Amino acid sequence: MSLKLYVPGDAAAVAVGADEVAGALAIEAAKRGLSLQIVRNGSRGVFELETLVEVETPEGRIGYGPVYADEVPAMVEAGLFEGKPHPRRVGRPEELPFLKRQTRLTFARCGIIDPQSLEDYRAHGGYAGLERALSLGPAGIVEEITRSGLRGRGGAGFPTGVKWKTTADATGDRKYLVCNADEGDSGTFADRMIMEGDPFLLIEGMTIAGVAVGATKGYIYVRSEYPHAIAAMGRAIETARRAGLLGQGVAGSSYAFDLEVRVGAGAYVCGEETALLDSLEGKRGQVRAKPPLPAHEGLFGRPTVINNVLSFAAAPFILAEGAEAYRDYGVGRSRGTMPIQLAGNIRNGGLFETAFGVTLGELVDDIGGGTLSGRLVRAVQVGGPLGAYFPRALFDTPFDYEAFAARDGLIGHGGVVVFDDTVDMMKQARFALEFCAIESCGKCTPCRIGAVRGVETVDKLSAGREPARQIEILRDLCETMKFGSLCALGGFTPYPVMSALTHFPEDFAVAERLAEPA
Amino acid sequence: MLSFEPFTPERAVEIVSVHADQEGPLLPVLHALQHAFGHIPDDAVRIVAGALNLSRAEVHGLVTFYRDFRTEPGAARTIKLCRAEACQARGGDAIAVMAEEKLGLAMGETSKDGQVALEEVFCLGLCASGPSAMLGDRLIGRLDEQRLDALIEEARA
Repeated sequence: MSLKLYVPGDAAAVAVGADEVAGALAIEAAKRGLSLQIVRNGSRGVFELETLVEVETPEGRIGYGPVYADEVPAMVEAGLFEGKPHPRRVGRPEELPFLKRQTRLTFARCGIIDPQSLEDYRAHGGYAGLERALSLGPAGIVEEITRSGLRGRGGAGFPTGVKWKTTADATGDRKYLVCNADEGDSGTFADRMIMEGDPFLLIEGMTIAGVAVGATKGYIYVRSEYPHAIAAMGRAIETARRAGLLGQGVAGSSYAFDLEVRVGAGAYVCGEETALLDSLEGKRGQVRAKPPLPAHEGLFGRPTVINNVLSFAAAPFILAEGAEAYRDYGVGRSRGTMPIQLAGNIRNGGLFETAFGVTLGELVDDIGGGTLSGRLVRAVQVGGPLGAYFPRALFDTPFDYEAFAARDGLIGHGGVVVFDDTVDMMKQARFALEFCAIESCGKCTPCRIGAVRGVETVDKLSAGREPARQIEILRDLCETMKFGSLCALGGFTPYPVMSALTHFPEDFAVAERLAEPA
Repeated sequence: MLSFEPFTPERAVEIVSVHADQEGPLLPVLHALQHAFGHIPDDAVRIVAGALNLSRAEVHGLVTFYRDFRTEPGAARTIKLCRAEACQARGGDAIAVMAEEKLGLAMGETSKDGQVALEEVFCLGLCASGPSAMLGDRLIGRLDEQRLDALIEEARA
């Protein structure tokens, strides 16, 4: 009998023992004389079930999770290889409510296919986007992306079609693509999941963009904290090159395009696009003043499209299915789907791709199932370390760029970090300022000095020294940082600080705190 | 145990030359040097500056800007604990205190025998599986006291 199992190779599965589980399964199969094929798929993004082992049966793929290596012999004995009942059996993963409720356009293949198999990628609709893109030509591609309403998924939400058109219209002896895979925001892991679980999607998306704007070289800048993603992208690029999908004459066309992975070196600020460009050029990752826009003068002074992983990864669907198929999802000016990442103290954490418009309350209470600790949800930070903390009172906010901005927040890269009622919001405000102080590139004064002064001010406040005055200074500092900083690091650090102060004033009422018996 | 080769100027020149023809070669060169020697000594900075036609100040500025690069040899093993918000929300603060106590080290310190270092890191992308840590290139999620003990034991082995 031949047996086919799926054991995720995603870092979030490996971190909880997936490699050991795969090893233990192989031993059990060998004991029984079974010929076994283990596919190291990406993660389906239901993290509390990792390691989620799936076995191919006549009824489809049957999942078991979470599986730990020391329990494998007993689970196999109980009939895991045959898909038999077990307390950890979750049935067909696609029927799990968490997955069934999603609209997976970008993540359609992630967790399902063998990420390193080009045949598998093609068999699941891969490279249909590039095929249509080549028939449309550069102007047609840009038109299609523009009509889809796609906006930059890194956080800024700038219309992708406009960015591509600006670069396409710019003149230069050569043009570049840069993929921002410096996913440093706490609470985010969607870029990592795509690179590990469906790397050809990013390659196809960037190839489409390269053809559209006339770029011949693309760099994928991945943070060094992602060794699995770096390895997976490198291998997939090599495979694509051998298959004639990168290099001279991409997919039999007259276009040339190639890709290279570059590794960051532990600087959060390099997630800012101009700092990233400087880093790629071999400089300190310091922010550039704009203009000039990267679309006119980007990498090595050449016209450059710089987009997030998820922006490029949305392109193949848009091209394959048409702009309308994407634009029909969403609300207002936020079109299509957003891969939302549910993280922190949440029961059902993971990747939840859905059309824009779902409310924060639905995401946290309903889909997320509240806190993992079982305590009350008190605060939710949306959009990474530079995002605002929202209280329950704002849970009716729809997931939409403008709706969050209207409430002094941001959706950023789609990270949602849940905190229970043990959180100390003054401590979180201090952390935001300390993080900014550590990570500031040092180029502009409001960020470099403001963050340090902010930490000192919160420390004075918590020591009870002239509390009213410290809060006034803190507000003033935030104002200066917000309007005086060159980039989002200094400019957005006020979001977590001010939102904590505005929505959770009781945590800053130092007199009462100090009066309480310890 | 990570093993590094001893620094020699000849080997450094060789490593630099492998990457020198790339566009924007400096970061790949420094990564390669650190990968080989475990750190980037002053003599290597001199060699890189000469080979890439940069000033030593420029190269030094780069080495000291990025957290990953070190100018002195590091511990044989480094435990990196995630201290970012999502792990904080999942009990990361308590794990950090526990790690410091068990190792007898504060964040950023190395044990006297040079065997283990404890460092903080901001996000490993395991934000629904935390608190998380990294030992070498290996990731560890769902840290509790038991898993932390195993991690420390592995680091000291």
